[in-house]
Amino acid sequence: MIEISGLSKTFGLGANAFTALDDINVEIRQNEFFTLLGPSGCGKTTLLRSIAGFVDPTSGSLTIEGQDVLPLPPYARPVNTVFQNYALFPHMTVAQNIGFGLEMQDRPKAEIKQVVGEMLELVQMAPMADRMTSQISGGQQQRVALARALAPRPKVLLLDEPLSALDFKLRKEMQIELKRLQSETGITFVFVTHDQEEALTMSDRIAVMSSGRILQIGGPKDIYDHPAERFVADFIGDTNFLEATLQSVAGEVATVTLPSGKTVAARAVQGGGQSGAVTLAVRPEHAVLTKESGLLDGVLENIVYFGTDTHYHITLDGGSAFVVRKQNQPNTGEGFEVGDKVGVSFEAGVGQVLRD
Amino acid sequence: MTQASDTQATRRRWLLLSPALLILLFAASGPLLIVVLYSFLTPGDYGGVVWKFSTDAWFNVVVERDFFDDTLSFSDAHLSIFWRSVKLSLMTTLVAFIVGFPTAYFIATRPKDKRDIWMLLIMIPFWTNLLIRTFAVMEIIRNEGVVNSLLIGLGIIDQPIQMLFTEFAITLGMFYVYLPLMVLPIYAAMERFDFSLVEAAYDLYASRWRVLRRVIFPIVKPGVIAGSILVFVPSLGAYVTPRVLGGGKQLMLGNLIELQFGQGRNWPLGAALSITLLAIVMVALIVYVRAAGREEMSHG
Ligand SMILES: Nc1ncnc2c1ncn2[C@@H]1O[C@H](COP(=O)(O)OP(=O)(O)OP(=O)(O)O)[C@@H](O)[C@H]1O
Ligand SMILES: [Mg+2]
Repeated sequence: MIEISGLSKTFGLGANAFTALDDINVEIRQNEFFTLLGPSGCGKTTLLRSIAGFVDPTSGSLTIEGQDVLPLPPYARPVNTVFQNYALFPHMTVAQNIGFGLEMQDRPKAEIKQVVGEMLELVQMAPMADRMTSQISGGQQQRVALARALAPRPKVLLLDEPLSALDFKLRKEMQIELKRLQSETGITFVFVTHDQEEALTMSDRIAVMSSGRILQIGGPKDIYDHPAERFVADFIGDTNFLEATLQSVAGEVATVTLPSGKTVAARAVQGGGQSGAVTLAVRPEHAVLTKESGLLDGVLENIVYFGTDTHYHITLDGGSAFVVRKQNQPNTGEGFEVGDKVGVSFEAGVGQVLRD
Repeated sequence: MTQASDTQATRRRWLLLSPALLILLFAASGPLLIVVLYSFLTPGDYGGVVWKFSTDAWFNVVVERDFFDDTLSFSDAHLSIFWRSVKLSLMTTLVAFIVGFPTAYFIATRPKDKRDIWMLLIMIPFWTNLLIRTFAVMEIIRNEGVVNSLLIGLGIIDQPIQMLFTEFAITLGMFYVYLPLMVLPIYAAMERFDFSLVEAAYDLYASRWRVLRRVIFPIVKPGVIAGSILVFVPSLGAYVTPRVLGGGKQLMLGNLIELQFGQGRNWPLGAALSITLLAIVMVALIVYVRAAGREEMSHG
């Protein structure tokens, strides 16, 4: 659907040159909810704007359905954008905003009217069709922006942090709404966010970006359970990092020795090629706390209650910190107290060896 | 609230309003009333007015009494001056818009720290004395001026083109003099314009021209309206520019009025013409603003 290869963008010249995109390679599939996730300034917007045609890449290629779109101006690309600030036309009504794209394509009046009606229904804005855009709320503006971008039936919809301005509850609603729209319309969504939770709940696949590069591409579970790099593991969810020694690798399975001297099976890095000291990532909820000695031993430093779960902060014997998260059950006294000597264990294959 | 403090508050309000009221009374309504009054009096022999009621002045605005046989006819001289004033003012406004709009757009799309310099360049001529600016235009277009010398020097023409003392000269002069008044309000509107709307329109398949016509123009239109009024109104009453560049042959309303208060020694007629000028301005403004508003309604 969208194939991007070797795409780079450098802003400025000479000493002021800044590489915002560095050799981006990604293939986005038909009818996929694809998310670009990364911290502020990592180049998400720049990549999105390259697809839309507002940024001229320094090098690389970009095709949509096999067609090279780089020479095309934005208005000739089969792509629509939902802008971060919505960019609704203030001199037009809600309905006129939604119909604008169709009108610019010189579609017949009757068709425009019909599609605008459908879109108004789709985003549940029909009662406000004739309001000016300044007379509707932020969430409603967001839905109008969405409808405006969907109305011309683009092959790809680009969304640049469309939910960032909304409050928590509305945000949750719109997340569900967006997923519904995507499956109903069958349009490929490329969604930008720096909210990892949003990315995990909504996406078919996620590309994690940092400093202009894509670090890892994969499904939400894949990315969460098996982060390839320390940055990814750190950026998405909470993670414990353990210094370990790699003993052997057999396919996907790596055998590592923990600081405690005990040995456990973990997932190897794709491509392999590592030896000696490695970093092992273990999610807090993938580890269990025991009164007996475990894979690792330490002292319970702190217990933090979060309602749905409890975090146990442990100082391991080597001095490093480790967190175990345990879901709370009704009426079970956990029996752990600060200062207890505890063991920490996790199953074979749960730990992930990180790329250095 | 009690009655006493109520009246006190009212009095306070009037007190606060008094500067505005004084200006309205002495600087606006007062002079206007005097002009209206004069237009209904009889001209004095050496200028001034004689305190005797007469409607002759108003009569003479559009009608002429033949010197010999007392027959009445439309005053062609006056009507052609009215017509020329309106025509040249409209031309000036149009040209100022055609040049001023892209200029304002250009400046508004420069980096923020450069815009002030560009605006300064536009404003500098405006701070220069009007006569000097007008004579500068004269210097450029007169028969031995820059343009003609250049064209003759290049062998493109062998006789100078008569540009000075034509309607073209007046329009050019007024355009040059009033251009900043067009650029300024349009620029002010454009500077507030959110250029991400342009991207949104491009993204929605609008070509450059359509972006301009459907998105940029409607949003900065208040600036265009303000600029047009600011150029049209002083053009209609312009005095110096048509005097210098029209060479006394191509009179405009301002010159005609001056003539009545000066050589013509017909103050009441001058007063009546002034009121007529004011009326034309008001009618033009009402028509213009109405039309602009109606387009808004139909276009949204
Ligand atoms: N026109 C430009 N000129 C110079 N540098 C730019 C330009 N546009 C973006 N950059 C730089 O490129 C980098 C990436 O910017 P981009 O807007 O893509 O980040 P982002 O990932 O969308 O961040 P955010 O989450 O804050 O929106 C930033 O460091 C930014 O300063
Ligand atoms: Mg961004």
